[in-house]
Amino acid sequence: MARQLIKGNEAILKSAVLAGCRAFYGYPITPASEITEAAAKYLPRVGGVFLQAESETAAINMIYGAASAGVRVMTASSGPGISLMQEGLSYLAGAELPCVVADIMRGGPGLGNIAPEQSDYFQVVKGGGHGSYRTIVLAPDSAQEMADLTALAFELADKYRNPVFVLADGTIGQMMEPVEFMARPVAPPRFPWAVEGNAATRNNLVSSIYLEPDALEAHVNKLEEKYRRCEREEVRCEQYRTEDAELVLVGYGIVARLLKSVVEELRSEGWPIGLLRPITLYPFPTAAVRRLAGQASLFAVVELSTGQMVDDVRLAVEGRCPVEFHGRTGGNIPSTDEIIRFLKNVWGRRRAAPRVDELEVLHA
Amino acid sequence: MAAEKPERGYVTIDDEECKGCGLCVESCVPKLLRLGDALNRSGYHAATYAGRGCTGCGLCFLVCPEPGAIRVYKRLQAA
Amino acid sequence: MPEPNVSAPPEGLTLIHSKAAAFYDHYERKSELQNQTHYCPGCGHGVAHKLLARAIDELGVQDRTVLVSPVGCSVFAYYYFDVGNVQAAHGRAPAVATGIKRARPEAIVISYQGDGDLAAIGTAEILHAANRGEAITVIFINNAIYGMTGGQLAPTTPVGCWSTTSPYGRNIWNEGYPLHVVETLASLEAPVYLERVALGNSKQVMQAAKAIRRGVENQVKGLGFSLIEVLSPCPTIWKETPVEAQRRVREELAQLYPLGVVRDKTKDAPRRPAPSFPPPLTALPELLDIEESETLAPPVPASHDHADWRIKVAGFGGQGVLMLGEVLAEAGLAAGLEVSWLPSYGPEMRSGTSNCHVRLSARPVDSPLVTQPNVLVALNEPSLRKFLPEVAPGGYVLYNGPEPPADCRRPDVRLLAREFVALADRLGDARVGNIVTLGALLEAAGVVEEQFVDRALARLVKQARLLDLDRKALAAGREAVHQEAPHDIP
Repeated sequence: MARQLIKGNEAILKSAVLAGCRAFYGYPITPASEITEAAAKYLPRVGGVFLQAESETAAINMIYGAASAGVRVMTASSGPGISLMQEGLSYLAGAELPCVVADIMRGGPGLGNIAPEQSDYFQVVKGGGHGSYRTIVLAPDSAQEMADLTALAFELADKYRNPVFVLADGTIGQMMEPVEFMARPVAPPRFPWAVEGNAATRNNLVSSIYLEPDALEAHVNKLEEKYRRCEREEVRCEQYRTEDAELVLVGYGIVARLLKSVVEELRSEGWPIGLLRPITLYPFPTAAVRRLAGQASLFAVVELSTGQMVDDVRLAVEGRCPVEFHGRTGGNIPSTDEIIRFLKNVWGRRRAAPRVDELEVLHA
Repeated sequence: MAAEKPERGYVTIDDEECKGCGLCVESCVPKLLRLGDALNRSGYHAATYAGRGCTGCGLCFLVCPEPGAIRVYKRLQAA
Repeated sequence: MPEPNVSAPPEGLTLIHSKAAAFYDHYERKSELQNQTHYCPGCGHGVAHKLLARAIDELGVQDRTVLVSPVGCSVFAYYYFDVGNVQAAHGRAPAVATGIKRARPEAIVISYQGDGDLAAIGTAEILHAANRGEAITVIFINNAIYGMTGGQLAPTTPVGCWSTTSPYGRNIWNEGYPLHVVETLASLEAPVYLERVALGNSKQVMQAAKAIRRGVENQVKGLGFSLIEVLSPCPTIWKETPVEAQRRVREELAQLYPLGVVRDKTKDAPRRPAPSFPPPLTALPELLDIEESETLAPPVPASHDHADWRIKVAGFGGQGVLMLGEVLAEAGLAAGLEVSWLPSYGPEMRSGTSNCHVRLSARPVDSPLVTQPNVLVALNEPSLRKFLPEVAPGGYVLYNGPEPPADCRRPDVRLLAREFVALADRLGDARVGNIVTLGALLEAAGVVEEQFVDRALARLVKQARLLDLDRKALAAGREAVHQEAPHDIP
């Protein structure tokens, strides 16, 4: 197929339909509305269901219903809407139902604004709902990845019977880039566990309630085993010029693209610098970070938040070297110059201090 | 002495499913049901049928909250 | 299954009432006492369950039925009903049922809910499911109290009534008045059938049986939304005997909540259109407006080998700022370049200022954000003022105006000031001012060949008249570059 210029948001929906998605329930919110609008346009054409729900709460529960009935289903929203969906997400994970949720992040907290941020990391990656569960989280950095990772999201959702997020900021959602879609559309699969309203599935039950403590613990352990497997099998990240990097940058989504420019520029000045871009935020590329922490003398994390993913980087680095952070919020995106100033500042400081002291400071 | 009239209906009550709520007793027009003296395994005075006189009206079944506690039999007219 | 606890009936009698087939013989999902329900003695749920199971039996839809259980005492309805079962979050059963019914229109989807679930936390879900006319059946058990959590106030608790959270009685100044669900839903156009029944004596139960059957039958017939409200006893929380509670349903609840049919459009309700047959998979790309095959792109001209255009276009909303950027990105793509287009988005799209970042590059685009443009297209003065300082030395600036303001000049950039919009206006439509400016940009800076721009315009502009106008606008823009202008900085 041809590469065509398309908005990241629209790429998500088209790729979803090609991946077998036949139901979309959503509620409009900037900067994710193009996904919902594209769903309204295209799903009826392919014999699918589109419904604008009365709220995100209703939408995620319609998804619960559609997923129970064995349909590949998705929704899309942004921070405030995702907050409302957390109840349903907990139920979906608890009942082991697959679905895909696109979160095109905007500024918060509260109403915040509609400009890009990455401040939904905690509520999405760490799970904003109640109970011991996880959602698988994919973080595209281009319109092409919006398409590719959405298709992957449906596969993973079915494989793990769990909600999967496509987590992007407003910039990635709103920008247009050339996208090449998958060549062969996927036929919507059927699932033996679904409740379809027929004789074959009459004995099936979709539920997240386990009244007995031992039964619930067994269920939670089963989920946990699934997540461990996911951590072994599904980690994805991109490493850019890290082979000899002593300064390792970490960023995802739009930030990673800025950091790539930064790496280029500082490499040309002779800096031993590289970039690690997590593509899966859960499971987090902990092993890759840990490996690089063995060779690096400094990590620098940049996010469009006051520091959320940086926690996972610090956990993976395990104190082997310092981890510095630079964040912008409110819809501000740091310029490469701004990032370079930050790096020059922290790199200079780190080199001047002996490592042992740094470790002491870290653990103070 | 003339032969007794054949029974028109009959009720059975599952002593272990019955929770002794008494709604069937209340609904029975000829007053043929009562709560038993003994407690069942769950600690309820389960309903009992007097054994004769049931009309097979089915009201006791209708008001009973337990799905299978009451069964109602009826003599159907020969076709 | 043998029944050790019952005596055998006399000969010649036929079993006419027994456990419905839509119930499991044995409640295996229940951890103990699998021969009886978990409901309290005299609970209305058991009766309502039996009426629903009987309706399912009589209508022959056991295999097709999907029951959505709520949160509340009937959370475990799936212990008992031998049908497809889905358990939902508190209040969300109508939304869940919507998802199921839309996915499987042949299924008979029943949402079973209590008063806290349906009339408090799930008010939005039930109202909108009803308003959409979802082709589902809702069984609404109203016992005017929260049973499962131990007797808290329900939205349907009568005024003055005690509950653990209205210990001095329901007070209208604090909790307002009891919510009348069927009457509220009857204000909507879509519901097909709404009836309130009660479980206050055997006569009322018989009417309830009819209503529930009707509610399910409507769905079997393909009609829309049906809801049966069932006034139901809760002897345990009401602290009454089952017989007293039944009397209270009859004498008090049924006074507060009048019984009867409040909506019956079963005769004249429009039928839902049948779902359309899905197209073959091979048709999908076309249906999604995805182009199937590469149109033969000409080889990338050597002049683009080092292309790295960082373009910012800015102006008022409505000046075609985003469109100008899109034409450039499309043209770049057609020319074989890597491209990105990033708009400012949100409310400012509709008024005020608007801008977009466009990159055309021989190499993969690292950042789509243009912070140091080598081309600035400023269609108004505020945009020039705001972005001129960012322009890289040697970059091009195209400004829509006779001359830049005196305090808004830079000697190190190539600035071209023309009244592009006025030129467009003379062509007959001020709205193509953006394309006039584009023409000038192409003439002044090159960027991308005319043929690719023309192809991009042909893709983006569907109306022949407008496309023609755009082509004229491009030419006019090119010409304008060569007019003498005192403030050009070459």
